[in-house]
Amino acid sequence: MFADWPLLSLLVWLPIAGGIAVLTAGDRNANAAKWMALIFALATLAVCVPLWMYFDQATSALQFVELTPWVASYNINYHLGIDGIALPLLVLTSIITVLVIIAGWEVIDYKPAQYVAAFLFLGGLMNGVFMAQDAILFYVFFEGMLIPMFIIIGVWGGPNRVYATIKFFLYTFLGSVFMLLGLIYLYLKGQSFNLSDMHAMSLSMTEQSWLFFAFLAAFAVKIPMWPVHTWLPDAHVEAPTGGSMVLAAVMLKVGGYGFLRFSLPIAPDASAEYAWVVIALSLIAVVYIGFVALAQEDMKKLIAYSSISHMGFVTLGLFIAFALMLDKDAADMAAVGVQGAMVQMISHGFVSAAMFGAVGVLYDRMHSRMISSYGGVVNRMPWFAAFVVLFAMANCGLPGTSGFVGEFMVILAAVKASLAIAFLAGLTLVIGAAYTLWLVKRVIFGDVANAEVAELTDLNRREWIVMSTLAFFVLAIGLWPAPLIEVMQPSIEALLQHISQSKLSGI
Amino acid sequence: MIPTWNDLLPLLPELFLLSMTSLILIVGLYTGERRPSVVHYLAILTLVGAAALTLMDFNIVARTNALGGMFIRDGIADILKLFVYLTSAIVFIYARFYLRTHQLFVAEYYTLSLFAILGMCLLISGGNLLSIYLGLELMALSTYALVALDRDSTVSGEAAMKYFVLGALASGLLLYGMSMLYGITGSLDLNEIATRLASGDHPRVLLAFSVTFIVIGLAFKLGAVPFHMWVPDVYHGAPTAVTLFLSAAPKLAAVGMTFRLLGEGLLPLVNDWSQMLGFLALMSLLVGNFAAIAQSNLKRLLAYSTISHVGFVLLGILAGTDDGMAAAMFYVITYSLMSTGAFGMIIALSNAGFECDRIDDFKGLNARDPWMAFMMLLIVGSLAGFPPLVGFFAKLYVLEAAVNAGWLWLAVVAVVMAVIGAYYYLRLIKVMYFDEIEHDHAIQTPKDLRVVLAANGLLQIALTFFVGSLTALCVAAWQ
Repeated sequence: MFADWPLLSLLVWLPIAGGIAVLTAGDRNANAAKWMALIFALATLAVCVPLWMYFDQATSALQFVELTPWVASYNINYHLGIDGIALPLLVLTSIITVLVIIAGWEVIDYKPAQYVAAFLFLGGLMNGVFMAQDAILFYVFFEGMLIPMFIIIGVWGGPNRVYATIKFFLYTFLGSVFMLLGLIYLYLKGQSFNLSDMHAMSLSMTEQSWLFFAFLAAFAVKIPMWPVHTWLPDAHVEAPTGGSMVLAAVMLKVGGYGFLRFSLPIAPDASAEYAWVVIALSLIAVVYIGFVALAQEDMKKLIAYSSISHMGFVTLGLFIAFALMLDKDAADMAAVGVQGAMVQMISHGFVSAAMFGAVGVLYDRMHSRMISSYGGVVNRMPWFAAFVVLFAMANCGLPGTSGFVGEFMVILAAVKASLAIAFLAGLTLVIGAAYTLWLVKRVIFGDVANAEVAELTDLNRREWIVMSTLAFFVLAIGLWPAPLIEVMQPSIEALLQHISQSKLSGI
Repeated sequence: MIPTWNDLLPLLPELFLLSMTSLILIVGLYTGERRPSVVHYLAILTLVGAAALTLMDFNIVARTNALGGMFIRDGIADILKLFVYLTSAIVFIYARFYLRTHQLFVAEYYTLSLFAILGMCLLISGGNLLSIYLGLELMALSTYALVALDRDSTVSGEAAMKYFVLGALASGLLLYGMSMLYGITGSLDLNEIATRLASGDHPRVLLAFSVTFIVIGLAFKLGAVPFHMWVPDVYHGAPTAVTLFLSAAPKLAAVGMTFRLLGEGLLPLVNDWSQMLGFLALMSLLVGNFAAIAQSNLKRLLAYSTISHVGFVLLGILAGTDDGMAAAMFYVITYSLMSTGAFGMIIALSNAGFECDRIDDFKGLNARDPWMAFMMLLIVGSLAGFPPLVGFFAKLYVLEAAVNAGWLWLAVVAVVMAVIGAYYYLRLIKVMYFDEIEHDHAIQTPKDLRVVLAANGLLQIALTFFVGSLTALCVAAWQ
C-alpha cells in the first residue's frame, strides 16, 4: 500500500511541516514543542521503513521517482528519486535528526522551540539533497541547509560562535557558487537541469576540467578536504552538541555524495585525469591531519580533525577507482574502493555523532571541552566510559565495529592500485589509534583528576537512549555489513560502468 | 488630430490614475489636516482601480500602439505597471504609520507619489523619445519634492538638493543624447529609430556620443556606478517613508525605460551599449558590495545593496537577448518586493521618538519579537540570494543570461560579489539572532502594517513555489 505514496516528498516536507508547527507553537510551552518535534522526527524515520522494504535491490535505476514541472521556462523540475547510494544516507539523516532532538532535550533552555525547529528544517533539507535529481533542486537544498545551521551555531553556540558560523557559511557559499556556474553552463549546453541528462552529455576535456574544478570547489569545502578544511574545527568547537552531531554525521556526507553524483559521472575523463590531485589531498588529510589531531587539547577539535582525516578515506576510496579501472584485472577492486568510501561515510555518520554526543554529555556536566579538565571519568561514570571506549574503538577502526569495514575496503583497493598509497593510508590505523586512545586514556582512565570530576553522575535515561542507539548501529554495521553493501551494490556498479566510458568520444 | 475613444482605450488605467489623482488633490485640500486617512484610502483605492483596469484587458502577447506610437501597451508594460501599483500600495500601507508618528501625515505625500506613479506608467509605456522624457520628468520632479517632504529637516533638504541637481544633470545628459539620436535618424519614434539604425550608414562618432549620453542618463536613474553618488545620500536623508517609495516603484520604471530605449530603440547597437553596461555592472557589483560592508546605518547599507542589485539587473540587460531582458525583469520585480519589505521593517520597528535605522537597533530582535525577526530573515536572505528564497532564482536567471551571452568572466565576478554581499546580509541576521538586546524600545507596529509585512516576508518563500508562473509571465512578455 505504501508503494504509490509520495514517500520521498514526505521525507522532505514532513520535517519541514513539523518545523513550522513547532515554530508556531513557540516557546511558551517548550515541552509540547519538543514532543511535537520528536513526533515529527520519528514519523519521518518511520517513512524510511516502507522505503527500505519496497526498495528494489536488484536495479540501479531511480526508484520512487516524483516529477513535477517547477519552472517550465528553464526546464527546472521538482524531480526526486533514489538509488542504492542515496537510500542509506537518507536513513542515516532521519536517525540522526531524531537523536539530536533527544540529545538537546533538557540541555537547551534558550528558545528550545526554535532549536528543535531548526533541526527539523535541516533534516528535511538534507533529505532533499540526497533525493534531488534536478541540479537546481539539488542546489536549493544544498544551500538551503546553510541557513538553519548558521542559526544553530550562532544562537546556541560557544563564545566565539559568530566568527565560526560566518566562516562556515561563507566558505561553503563561496565553494558552491562556482558549482552553480558549472550547472548553468551544463544547462546552456544541454537545455536541461536533469542530472541524468547531464550524466549522459558528451563534453570535451577542457569543459570537463573546468566543471571538475567547479564541482571540486563546492564539495572539497563541504566534505572538507585539506587545505579548505579550516572552517570545520572552528564550527565544531563552537556548535552546540546537536549541531556538531548533524554537521559531522550528515552535512559532511553531502560533500562525498556530491562527488558521486556530480564530479564522477558528469566529468569522468577529467576526474580520471585529476584523480591524483584528489588522492594526494586525501593522503595529506589522512596523515597530516591525523598528526594535527594528535596535538589537540580541546576534545571537540580533536574529533573534528579526526573527521577530516576520516573523510580523506572517503575521497581516497572514490578516486582510487580511476587508478584501478585502467587495469583489467583490478576492475573489480574499483567497486570495492567506492563501496568502502560509502560504508565509511555511513559508519562515520554514526561514530562521529556518537563521539560528539559523548563530548556533549561531559560538557553538559562540567562546561569544559579541555582534555586537561578531565581524568578518571570511568570511576564516576562507568556506563558512559563503556560507550566511549566502544566508540573510540570504532573511530580507530577496530574489527567488529563499523569503522573497520570501510577503512579495510578502501585500503584493500589502495593496495591493488599502489603499495605506497596503501602504506600512507594504512598509517591512519596507527595515527587514528594514537589520538583516539590517548584521548580516552587522558579523559576516561586514570585516577579521578579533580573535585569536579568526582561529582560527575552517570548517564541519565535520555543520554542512554542516544548512546545505545548509536552503539547499536556501530556494532551492527561492523558485524554484519552485508545488507548495507548489498543495497548499494547495483548502483555503484552502474556508476563505475558509466565512468569507465569516456565522454570524449561523442563529440 | 483629436484622439478617438479607441485611441484612448489602452490608456484607460493611466486616465483613471490621472483623474483620481486630481480628485485626491482636491479632496486633500479639504480633509488634509484633519482626516488624512481619507486620502490614504483613496490613494490605495486608486491603485487597486488602476490595477483592475490593467488586468481587465490584460493580454501578454498583444502589443497596442496608442496616440500614434507615443504610448505602447504590451505585456512588458502591463506586468511592470501591475507591480508598480502593487508595491506602491504596499508602500502606502507601510508609510502611514511612519508619516503619522513623524507628523508628516499630509495629503501631499500621496498626491506627489501618485503623480510620480503616473510618470512611471508613461515611462514604462513610452514609445517615443518625447513621451519617455515627459514621463521621466513627471516622475523625477515629484520624487524631488517627496524627498524634501520633511521641510524642517536639514538632512532631507540636503538630500533633496543633491537629488535635484544630479537628477537634473542626468536628465540633461539623457536629453542631449536623445537630441543627437533624433538628429541622426530624423525620428522620435523608437520603432522608427530602430529600423533606421539597422539600415543605412550613420556617422559613427555622433552615434557613439548619442549612445553614451543615453546610457549615462539611464545609469544615473538606475543608480549604477559611477553615477551612483546620489543614492546613499538620498536613501539616508529622505524620510524613511519616502526612501521606501523610492526603492521600489522607480526602480521598476527605470528598468522599464531601459527596456524601451536600449531593448527597442537602440537594439541594433547592442554591441556598443552592452560593453558599456558590462562596465557599469562590474563597477556596481564591486562598489555596491564593498561599500555596503562598511555601513552602520541600515538605510545606507540598503542603498549600497541597491547599487549592487542594479549590477545584477544590468547583467541580464547587457545580454541583449529576450531571455536576458526577461531575467532582468524578473529580477527587478522580485527586488522591488524585497526592498519594500526591508524598508517596511525599519518603519515597523520605529516609533514616535525613535527611528530604527541603525544596524545596532536590530540587536536581539529575535528575543524581542521572533516573528518580526523571522520575516526580516526571509527578506534579507532573499536579498542575498540564498536558496530556497526567491532572490536566488532572480540571480540564477541573470547569471544564465550573462553566461549565455558570453559574459562568463562577469558572471564569475558576480557570484564572487554575491559571496561578499552575503557577508553583510549575514551580519544583519547575526545582529538580530546572536546579539544581546541594546535598545528595548516598545514595538508598536499597527495591525495592518504587521499583516502586510508578514505577507511581504512570506512572499519571499511562497514565490519559490510559484516561481514557475512568474518566470513564465516574464518570458512570455518578451516573446
